[in-house]
Parts: sequence; C-alpha cells; structure tokens
Amino acid sequence: MSFKVTKTIDREANRLVKNYPEKRSASLMVLHAIQEEFGYISKEAEVWAAEKLGLKPINIHELVTFYPMLREHDPGKTVVRVCRTLSCALAGSHKLHGHICDKLGLDKNGHGLQRTRDGKFGVEFAECLASCGTGPVMMCNDDFYEAVSNEASEEILKKYDA
Amino acid sequence: MAAKDIKPAVETVTVKVDGRPVEVPRMTPNWEGKPEPTTVLQACKQVGIEIPHYCYHPKLPVSGNCRMCLVHVAMPGRPGPDGKAPMNDDGSPKVFPMQLPYEPQTPRGVIGCATPLVPGMEIYASSPETKEMREAIMESLLINHPLDCSICDQAGECKLQEYSYDHGQAKSEFEEFKVHKPKAVNLGPRITLDAERCILCTRCIRFTKDIVGDDALGIVNRGSYNTISTYPGESFNNNYTLNTVDICPVGALTSNDFRFQMRVWFLKETKSICTDCGSGCNVLIGSRENKMYRYEPRQNDAVNGHWMCDSGRLNYKWIGREDRLNTIKSPKGAIPWPMVLKEISEHLGSVERGSVAIVASARQTNEELYLLNHLAKHLGATTDSVPRRGKADHLMIVEDRNTNTTGAQLTGITTKRVGSKLSSIAKSIRDGKVKTLIVFGEDVTKYGIDSNLLNNVTLIVSDILPNETTKLADYLLPGCAHAEKRGTFTNVKGRVQKFMKALEPPGDALPEWEVLHELVHNVTGLDGFKSIEGLFNHMAGEVKSFKEAELTWAGLGDLGADVKL
Amino acid sequence: MPSEYKLVLRHVDEAGYTNDIKCYQKHGGYKTMKKVFKLKAKKTKDGTVTPQEVIRKEVLTSGLRGRGGAGFSAGMKWNFVNRKSGKPIYLLCNADESEPGTFKDRQIIHKDPHQLIEGMVIACYANDINLAYIYIRGEFPEGAKILNRAIQEARDAGYLGEGICGTKFNLEIHVHRGAGAYICGEETSLIESLEGKRPYPRIKPPYFPAALGLYMCPTIVNNVETLCNVRHVMEMGGETYAALGTPGNTGTRIVSLSGQVKRPGYYEIEVGKATLGDLIHGEEFGQGLLPGRKLQAIIPGGSSSKVFKAGESFKIKAKDKQGKDVEEKLELLDIPYDFDTLMKCGSMSGSSAIIVIDDSVDIVEALGNLSDFYAHESCGQCTPCREGSLWMAKALKRMRSGQARKADADYLKHIAHNIQGRTICAFGEACAWPVLSFVDKFRDDFVKKGAEDEASLANQQKEEASN
Repeated sequence: MSFKVTKTIDREANRLVKNYPEKRSASLMVLHAIQEEFGYISKEAEVWAAEKLGLKPINIHELVTFYPMLREHDPGKTVVRVCRTLSCALAGSHKLHGHICDKLGLDKNGHGLQRTRDGKFGVEFAECLASCGTGPVMMCNDDFYEAVSNEASEEILKKYDA
Repeated sequence: MAAKDIKPAVETVTVKVDGRPVEVPRMTPNWEGKPEPTTVLQACKQVGIEIPHYCYHPKLPVSGNCRMCLVHVAMPGRPGPDGKAPMNDDGSPKVFPMQLPYEPQTPRGVIGCATPLVPGMEIYASSPETKEMREAIMESLLINHPLDCSICDQAGECKLQEYSYDHGQAKSEFEEFKVHKPKAVNLGPRITLDAERCILCTRCIRFTKDIVGDDALGIVNRGSYNTISTYPGESFNNNYTLNTVDICPVGALTSNDFRFQMRVWFLKETKSICTDCGSGCNVLIGSRENKMYRYEPRQNDAVNGHWMCDSGRLNYKWIGREDRLNTIKSPKGAIPWPMVLKEISEHLGSVERGSVAIVASARQTNEELYLLNHLAKHLGATTDSVPRRGKADHLMIVEDRNTNTTGAQLTGITTKRVGSKLSSIAKSIRDGKVKTLIVFGEDVTKYGIDSNLLNNVTLIVSDILPNETTKLADYLLPGCAHAEKRGTFTNVKGRVQKFMKALEPPGDALPEWEVLHELVHNVTGLDGFKSIEGLFNHMAGEVKSFKEAELTWAGLGDLGADVKL
Repeated sequence: MPSEYKLVLRHVDEAGYTNDIKCYQKHGGYKTMKKVFKLKAKKTKDGTVTPQEVIRKEVLTSGLRGRGGAGFSAGMKWNFVNRKSGKPIYLLCNADESEPGTFKDRQIIHKDPHQLIEGMVIACYANDINLAYIYIRGEFPEGAKILNRAIQEARDAGYLGEGICGTKFNLEIHVHRGAGAYICGEETSLIESLEGKRPYPRIKPPYFPAALGLYMCPTIVNNVETLCNVRHVMEMGGETYAALGTPGNTGTRIVSLSGQVKRPGYYEIEVGKATLGDLIHGEEFGQGLLPGRKLQAIIPGGSSSKVFKAGESFKIKAKDKQGKDVEEKLELLDIPYDFDTLMKCGSMSGSSAIIVIDDSVDIVEALGNLSDFYAHESCGQCTPCREGSLWMAKALKRMRSGQARKADADYLKHIAHNIQGRTICAFGEACAWPVLSFVDKFRDDFVKKGAEDEASLANQQKEEASN
C-alpha cells in the first residue's frame, strides 16, 4: 500500500513520541508503525517520519537501510522468514527454506528476500530467531512457528494464501 | 598571601613515550576548544611523535572508528588492598603492558585518539607490537579498496598511500572478491564520491553535521556494505562542502573543480589569503606553470580554523581570464612603464591642490592603500572606497565582501561610512573642482560617477579586468591579482595577514604597490623602502593602530597579527 | 544426578499458569516489590543507610552476575552509576536476546512478563530511576505485545505511574522494539538505537553507560534474566541467594540447550551445580545425542564462545581443601556449568547457550554458518570488524565451494587475529573467537579440506593440460 498520512499513523506517531524525553528516540517505533500499516517504508514515509521527529530524511534512511526488518520496498503480503543460523541449520532449516521456495516457485539459492509474482509471499532467510531448541523455526509476518517440517510448512503457507 | 598572585602553573602529567619521559599538560583543548584530559595521541604529537590516524581530526568530535591510532601501552598498577600501587625495586611505579584479558600472551592496544593519559603510563608508539597492530589495520583497510592510485586524484596526498608506505606490509593475504560499491556518485554539485575508495572514517559526516550544522550526509546499509550517502535525490550543497574533500583522508571525495586536473605533487603551494570577503581566510594556492588550480584552506585557528567556504574557494578563475588587462594605455597609446609613470608624475606634480580625487578599492592591499592615502594627503585629495555588502552566514562569511575594508579605514582612505564621499566626489567633478580622478580597482560608473563625468577629468585607472571605467581611462595601469604579488590585508576583526606571490602577472601588469611606490616617490619624495618588507615596516610606523601593535613584516609570520580597532 | 532448580522459571510451563497480572499475583507476584517499598532508612555507625542503599547492598551480597553474556557483577554495575551528576538515571532492560543458541529470555517475556516488571520496579526503586525501557528484539512482536499488556496491567494496579503503592516513587516503563540487529545487544549500541541513531557501539572511554549513557545520562543496562533475579534476591535476601549455586557463581541460570541432542530446551540450574555432561546427557536435561551419533563439538555459551572439541581435557588452577593452589585435570563433560570454570577452560558461559554438534556435521560448514551470521551482523563502524567479518565469511564460503587451500587454516586465523581486541566493542571477539577456536581445535578438518580441493584442482589442471 502506498504511503499516505492517515489519522491513525499520525496519532500513533504522536503517541510514541511522548514515550521519550527526546523525539528522535521514537524513530524505530514510528518506522515499525508505518511498516505495520503500509507494509513497507517508502521514501515518502521516510520524509514524513523525519519531519515528524524533527530530523533530516537521511537520519531515517540510515536506519531503514541498517535494520533488516525494515523494508524499503513491498516485501509481499506475507513475509516468511526462515531462521538460517546454526541450531536451526543443524535442525534442517536449509531444507525447509528450499522446500518453501520450491512450493512458491522461488529460487532457493537466490540472494535476499524473494517475492512471489502475485505479491502474496516474500521469503527470506533470517538470522537467529531465538528459539534454537525448537528448530527449524520460521515467522510468517508476526506469527511464529517452531519445529516446522516440510509438510507442516505447506499447511502454514495455506493459511496465508488468501 | 603572595602566592595568590602567582598564576598557577599549567598542571602537567608525566608519561613515557618510547622510553623517553615526557611532561605534557594534563588538559588539552578538544575539538570545540574546551579543555579535556590530554589523550595519548595528543601527548605524542606534543612531543613530536605522529600517531597515524584517519578518523581523528583535531577540529571534529572523536569517533574512534578507524583504529589506525591503536598503540600498545603499559599502565601503572592499581593500588592493592594496602592502598599502595605496585612499585619497582627502584621505587618507581610498576607498569603492566596491556594484554588481552582472555589471552595474556597477546598485547592489547588502546586508541590514541580517545585514551586519556594516566600518570606514569608508558606509550610504545613505535614498538613491534604497535607496528603489528597498524599493519593489521592497513591490511583491513586495503582489502576492499580498489587500489586505483594511478587514476586517483588523491594520489600524493593520500593517507592510505602514506601509511601504507610507513606502516603497511606491501602485501596482502586477501584472496577473495572485493566488495563493490557505487563509483563516481554526484554527492553534490561540487563533489564526487567514489564509495569503493572510502574508508568510512565519517570525517565528512561529522564535519557537515557538527561544524556546518547541515546534517546532510549519513551511512546507508550495514557492515562491509556501509556507504556514505546523502538522502536519495538530495544534493550535498551547503557552502562548505568542499572542506570534506580536504579532510577526506583518501580519494573518496574529490572536488569536481579539481578532479583530473593536475597531479598534486606537481603543484607549487603558496600561502595566501582568500579575497572573497572580509574574513580573510588563510589559503594555499596550488599552481603549476603559472596556472592556478585550486585554493585549499590553510589552518589558522585565529581566523578560519581548518575551513573555508566553497564560494570563496572557487572564486579564483578570474585570475586566469583571457581578457585580463595586460597593456598600459596612455593618451599616446601603449607606452612603457617608465614613460607612463613619468607622465603621470609630471601631471600630478603640476595639479592645483584639491583638484584631485581618489577612489581606491577596499580590495587593494594595506600597502597600496597606504601609498594612495599618502599621495592624497600631499595633493589635498578627497578619497573614498566602495562598500560591498552581502549576507553573512553562521560560520565564516561576513557581510563585508571587500577583502580589506579595515585596511582602507586604518590607512585613512575611507571612513567608517565607506562610500559616503562618493557623491561629493561626483559633485566636485560636476562643479569642475576636481579635474583629476585616480581610480584603483573599482568601476566608479556603477557608484554615481558616470561616463559623462569621467569624460571631464584626467582619469588615471589601475585595474585587473576591463570595465566601463577602464574603457574611459586616460591612463590605464594593468594591475595584479593578489596571487601575483605580495602584500597584506586587514580582516574585519583587525587581523593583519600577509600573502605571497604564486603566479607571474600577465603582460605589462605590475604589482600596484610597485607602481604606486614609484609614483608617490616622484610626486612626494617619500622613499626609504625598495621591497614589500621595507614598505610594510615603514607603513607600520605611520599607521596608528599598526604602530601600536608594533607590527613588522617578519613579525606577521604565516598567521598574521591582531591590531586594535 | 543434579536436577533443575527452578527459581525464575518456577511457574512458567506449570499447567494453568498464564501471563496476566492476576495469575502472577496469585503466585506471590509483586509481594517482594511491596516488601521493598516498606524498607526503612537504617541508622548505622557510619551514618544513615537509605532503603535504596539497602537494596543495592543486598544485590551486591547476592553475588548476582549479569545473565546477558559478560557475567559481570550486577551489584558492582549498579555501584558504578554516577549518582551525583544531577541528571536523571535510566534503566534499560536488554531484551534483545540475539546470541545464536539463546532462547531463555523469550520464555520469561512470553510466559511471565510480570516477573520482569517486578524486577525492574525494584531495580528502579533501588537506583532512583523514574524512566525505564525494555529494548526487545524486533523478532519478538508477540513478546512486545505481551509486555505492553503487562505494563498496562501493572499501571492499572498502581505498580507503575505516579506514587506507586502510596510511596513517592514514580516509574514509567516503555517497550522499545529493535528491528533485526544483533549488535543492539551490545549495551552502548542499544543506547544509540534507543536514541534513534544507527546502533553503532560507543567508544569506551569515555562513554561508559554508568556515567554517559542514554542521552549522556547515567544508565544501567541489565538483561531480562538478571532483572528477574533481582526480584528473587530481594525476596530471599542476598545471603540466601548467594548460597544457591557455587561460590562466586551464585544463584540460578537458565541454560538454553540446542543442537543435536535428544531433548533440546531451556533448563534452569543452580550455577555450577550441573556439568556440561549432565546438561547434554542427563535424563532431566538433554538426554544424550541422537541415536548412532557421536559428540564432535560443544559451543558452550552462545555462538560467540570458543568451541570445545569432544574429548578435550583441561588443566585448571584450583584450591584444594587446605586452600592450597593445585592444578586439576578436568574432562570436557565434567566442566561445571558456571561462569569461572568455563573461562578457565578457555571459553565462556556467555548467554548460557549450549549448542551441541555431533559427528554428522561438517565442521567447516558449521563455522561457515556462524561466520555468515557475524558478517551479516557487523555494524560496520570500525575497520577490523567491518572488513574482517566479511573477509572470514567469504573465505569460508570459498572453502565450502570446493576451493579450499591447505593454507586457509592459518589464513583464517590471521584474519581473526587482526580483529580480536582491536574493535570498538566485543563484537570483534564475538566474530573472531569461533574462527580462532574452530581452526585451532579442528585444524585437521580444515587442512584436510584444503588438501582435497587442491588435489582435485591439480587433477583438473592435469586433465585440461592433457586434453
């Protein structure tokens, strides 16, 4: 969804700013709020956030390009993040990632986030999601799934394939 | 108590640098000039030992990111339970070389730029341990660097090159593919970025944020892919951007004006003063084969620190303009200097007192203005200059866009109200009282003395570039740009600063002070100096505030001296 | 056989235990906080001791060490705080749990958030703090929601806000979400992130959080588990707490066990009362390796800690019963899981996360996985780490794609050596240590891979030449 200043986002930003002695501190939280509402953080959104926080757009852009969870472009309706790091890798996360890519027609060796043509899914590896005892783990947007078998992943994907 | 009157001595700290005990002040001014505990790097500098560094700059906040100034040190031991620090047998405090806490056999360095001195510490500025750390940093910095020195403008003044030579190993273990980043990025209208050459020291970011107050630059992406950038689509375009080229220790930021123009090692450097406003920023002129290639700011903490504005820096092209005045003009046509000076001298020697007026630019030098004023006094001439005002900025540019208004005032050519007499000079010409007008460096037709009036006087003009006034001159004396002569200017705050000659003037052009000296001698008999040094010292004895400040040419040094205004 | 000792996780995972305030209160929650509020100033021969000083003393006495990774005394950390600056003091709860292998704070946040809040209220009361933040990693969106709900419940109950429980003490806690950056677990990076800047760790000196932390004010940064333990210290008293665990390694710790064991999970133990072997093989813990597998390696304290090789033994300095210095031989699986012994054995307990690697795993592959992580997570601020972390990852990628060289073992060590001890923050060690220790301890595997690839390359060249 392309960015526009809505009452909701404006109110949310104002609320967040109040949580800090210095406006700039609200940057990350405001960016999360923007992403939650619009799916990603466009240039227009960066400029708006900067103005809201009394900053220059570059100050915001520095953050958006640093944090992997913040998206500059539409990552797809459901972002699937498969944990890549050691414990999950030992538990088979590469196979899981490969399986999901196969099912969605994506290149399992592709670099970075890959989006399905219909924009329904974006799939990427993520670094440690901190549930190493129940690997392989993955997240679909904010939802967390552990000990995901290939079969289970298909069921999970179905839930989001609306 | 008498002791109260004694100014307390500067508190000092004694440390050892490479085995040599040195005593340095406990506090040293930080980038803002506020006293802070002296650091290892500063202490070494004060005793003449340069700790190599990239990100540290004395006029920028410390960031500590390049790690080039890592040095191995030993620290005095902490007091034990008895409250006593560990001692050597000879009673001196025992020091412990720093080592990795988890790997005691491996020495550990501290960054010189951010580590305050501890009394008794030992700094191993050139030990094998320190050298090994530097080699490691050099190797890391170079693995992803394109090593394209052969086509890099920074070559010759590049810290990567210098330190590679001094501290590198001339070999790298690196066997992988380099990271590729954007090249030839137009960061702003005057600056090009090669992100692959960048070592991410953040000097440019800190400069524009903390010195200029324009938070225009940042780092995008992460880790090895970090890249300096403006906000996409925005231009780095404040009036101080080119300073980032100066402080960029590598060839990442280059000046569009200077890029690919000249190898820096061919440039002759001449100390000079920027003439763009009354600040009098100290500069270096870079020239080769009588062509000027660039200005760079020259450090003078009393005036411009390390910086200068872009508009001043780029305002030099006029010096080499094709249409520079380079021939003498007289009613008899082009004649040599001795003849024209003789004719003018004879003319001025014969004029009625009060029938001469002088308009001299407040961009002429102190010496020239002094001589003109001396002549004026002799002839009973009315004198003035032309005011030139612009907008001041928050940093270095002042409202007064004349280089030497203060000098014009102190020498008596003009008053506090610069240009206030121009209309009365015009009137005097109209009334026929003034029959001879001497103009130095101004187009008076723009200031109420129009061509009709100029046609009614004997018009003696000195200038550098053609204009309406020079066109009408009876006698036209081609003058010199500051880069082509020596002299002094007095800035708005009363700092008298000298500048040196970088270039030969074109054609017949001669330094105005030489011409004036001849003329003034012929007309008034004033003599006693044959050189700029002699002239300055003579002037310094005559001009009140110069005299009070006991100025001498030699005493000005490279950084100038203040006079009371 | 040692067993679990549940203190922080006492109720977590109990049937019917929920994460709302009512359930927490029903199980004795917030009683310690109220008890602490009732502490009175004490007069001693050295003057008056304030209730705040009493709490801080208890925490110091308890011997509680930071549960985040460095294992530094929590009481000492509090004592370093500059209380005379005239500036506000802040508490930041580090809930950025990002060290690969670690998933203990996740349990507390999701299942017992009020325990953390109670610990924070006590810590803030003890340090005259009126504003605190929980910096939670971005990948815990549910956790952030749970914490926000818990904070609201606590506020409604009068445990947060103005005049808490009728005292003059005010406290606000806000949840601040990260966005996928391991580096934000470094305390000064966390502070920069919270200030809305790129999370570049600060140079120390001068920016020690105790003096120049958030907004250049004195700041305490404590881990989630540490703050929960503060509550238990105050509940049972510092001395009683110190009796748990082993001397110098007091209290309990939640160990995250992952990798190739039968029963991975989180287990709370008295510090040092269970060995690595107990944790991996014990019936109550990991229950041993997968069928038919042999132990190859143990990463004992999160992915940054130096790896142990199966069968290693250590000679460590210890005291005998008479208090004399003696050297003790210790087998890998007999290492008591504590702070100090693991350090003496050349590694660390870090975030108390054990990753077990069995003999089915290609050790070069395993290190490559970790180095990819560090290359991805380096913030890029300082030279050695920015350049070196990716350099190591690239080398390991090359080695894993059939182009290894025999020289690569030393090559990797050279790169890692260039980094460790030379960076702004401990990330330098975090990325160098796995490489240094894997190569040191499994040198044969690295050299063998190099030899194989070089031989096959030579064969290829021969074939090409003969064609």
